[in-house]
Amino acid sequence: MSLLKINALTKSYENGFQALKSVDLEVREGEILALLGPNGAGKTSLISATCGLTNITSGTITVGGYDVVKQPLEARRQISLVPQEIMLEPFEKVITTVRLSRGLFGLAPDEAHIEKTLRRLSLWDKRDTRNMALSGGMKRRVMIAKALSHSPKLLFLDEPSAGVDVELRNDMWRLVEELKEQGVTIILTTHYIEEAEEVADRVAIINHGDILLVEEKADLMARLGKKELIIELQEAAKEIPAGLADLALSLSDDGLKLTYSYDAKQERTGITNLLSHLSDAGMRLKDLQTHTSSLEEIFVSLVHKDEDDNNEKASS
Amino acid sequence: MNYQAIKTIYLFEMNRTFRTLVQSILSPVLTTSLYFIVFGSAIGSRIQTIDDVSYGAFIIPGLIMLSVLMQAITNGSTGIYFPKFIGTVYEILSAPVTTAEIICGYVGAAATKAFAIGMIILATATLFVDFHIAHPLWMVIFLAITCISFALFGFIIGILARNFEQLNLVPMLVITPLVFLGGSFYSISMLPPFWQTVTLFNPVVYLISMFRWSFFGTADVDVVISVAAIIVFMIVNIFIIYRIFATGYRLKQ
Repeated sequence: MSLLKINALTKSYENGFQALKSVDLEVREGEILALLGPNGAGKTSLISATCGLTNITSGTITVGGYDVVKQPLEARRQISLVPQEIMLEPFEKVITTVRLSRGLFGLAPDEAHIEKTLRRLSLWDKRDTRNMALSGGMKRRVMIAKALSHSPKLLFLDEPSAGVDVELRNDMWRLVEELKEQGVTIILTTHYIEEAEEVADRVAIINHGDILLVEEKADLMARLGKKELIIELQEAAKEIPAGLADLALSLSDDGLKLTYSYDAKQERTGITNLLSHLSDAGMRLKDLQTHTSSLEEIFVSLVHKDEDDNNEKASS
Repeated sequence: MNYQAIKTIYLFEMNRTFRTLVQSILSPVLTTSLYFIVFGSAIGSRIQTIDDVSYGAFIIPGLIMLSVLMQAITNGSTGIYFPKFIGTVYEILSAPVTTAEIICGYVGAAATKAFAIGMIILATATLFVDFHIAHPLWMVIFLAITCISFALFGFIIGILARNFEQLNLVPMLVITPLVFLGGSFYSISMLPPFWQTVTLFNPVVYLISMFRWSFFGTADVDVVISVAAIIVFMIVNIFIIYRIFATGYRLKQ
């Protein structure tokens, strides 16, 4: 069942910039969706429109069946946001800040829940420290604690790992997994694509205000992820042997490396045939390596393709 | 109604005041004490009574109004401007709270602070001047209405202000002159007829007149007109705040 439904959403700013161009997106209950896109692609605009931080130009967004414009209170009750920038009341204590977030959602004080949240984020010892005295990483934790203080159903994490150290980043992804186990639906944007690769169930790629694709991460990587066999030769070859011309084979400039692209899911990958031909051609092998393209490579190639398409449209 | 949210905002804002309690209270009390010493005791003793009220007592309602208006506007504006400035307003905008609840929380806290300052100044005045309040209940009601109305006005300023300079512009450049020229230190009947007419365009005249009536039973302007004016002012402010939140003007992109 879809918790978040975005239908033909557009957003234009006063200066005429169109941040979102008819976006359609559905996010299923309990999944982790990674929203990937370069800077200015429309990720934050999409989150802001859903959370009520920006006015929608056209289209609809529903959360749990409630329209965010027509039934904002019911919709917002389910949502929580950890914005990209750290924004905290500098003179307030950590615990006061977190209590404020819970109270704003109309929930009665629950010190046990606040303590549990702060302990989980290693903030309990700092609960009486003023926000301004915290390190950047700690401030980021407070932002997350605020978002979790009212037990949301849908959690937006906008670039949560930007500017945090490795330890905190890893801890944050463990927390994301825990939240998923508790049934929280999570939408995260990140520049660290390998993290999306690690934690996301599905991936949405956005560029220039358009969603380029939404797909199960595993399917996407299987469909667009290429596998390559890199063959290092002992002696430089001048050209690809005649009998192998039909294969997807390329020779490096120095003649010492052959790269063979293939589909690992096929029953016949052609590797045995290739190696046999190389042996027949008298080529002696030094080393063999295989390489699977990462989500980052898929992302970069999709975004570049989109930009090339846009350039073509503009020039024609 | 999300009473929990109102309570949360209200207590959060009040807590901000308690953190700077000495500064919040000492400053207006000191300033007003100086006024009482200079105008009430030193100069006031040489000024004849106005409407059978000693000059020292006569200026009490005006001095309370001066501080209360400034406090209500300043607290009302900073309460919302500060979250806007540091960005934490995102939390208010994305929380399940209505405009009415936001107003009750922020404006309620700002009005409470201004009311408390007004009462403290009144208590301070008893140290310098002998006076009797003719209509204490009305005095409290008028003070409360004034605090709420101007905290609402301050709240609008806080939303519209783009920087700290704009935030201080209205209290410093508009309210102070209006209060000084609104009969704080004199009865407008003491002015030449032309200036009396001009003065009637100053909204603060109605406030001070209304408030002074509650103290001494005499007023420059009919109390009913004064009360009606302040209530209209309050309704207009509420309407403007509702429009701001409905459109997201200066709050949302």
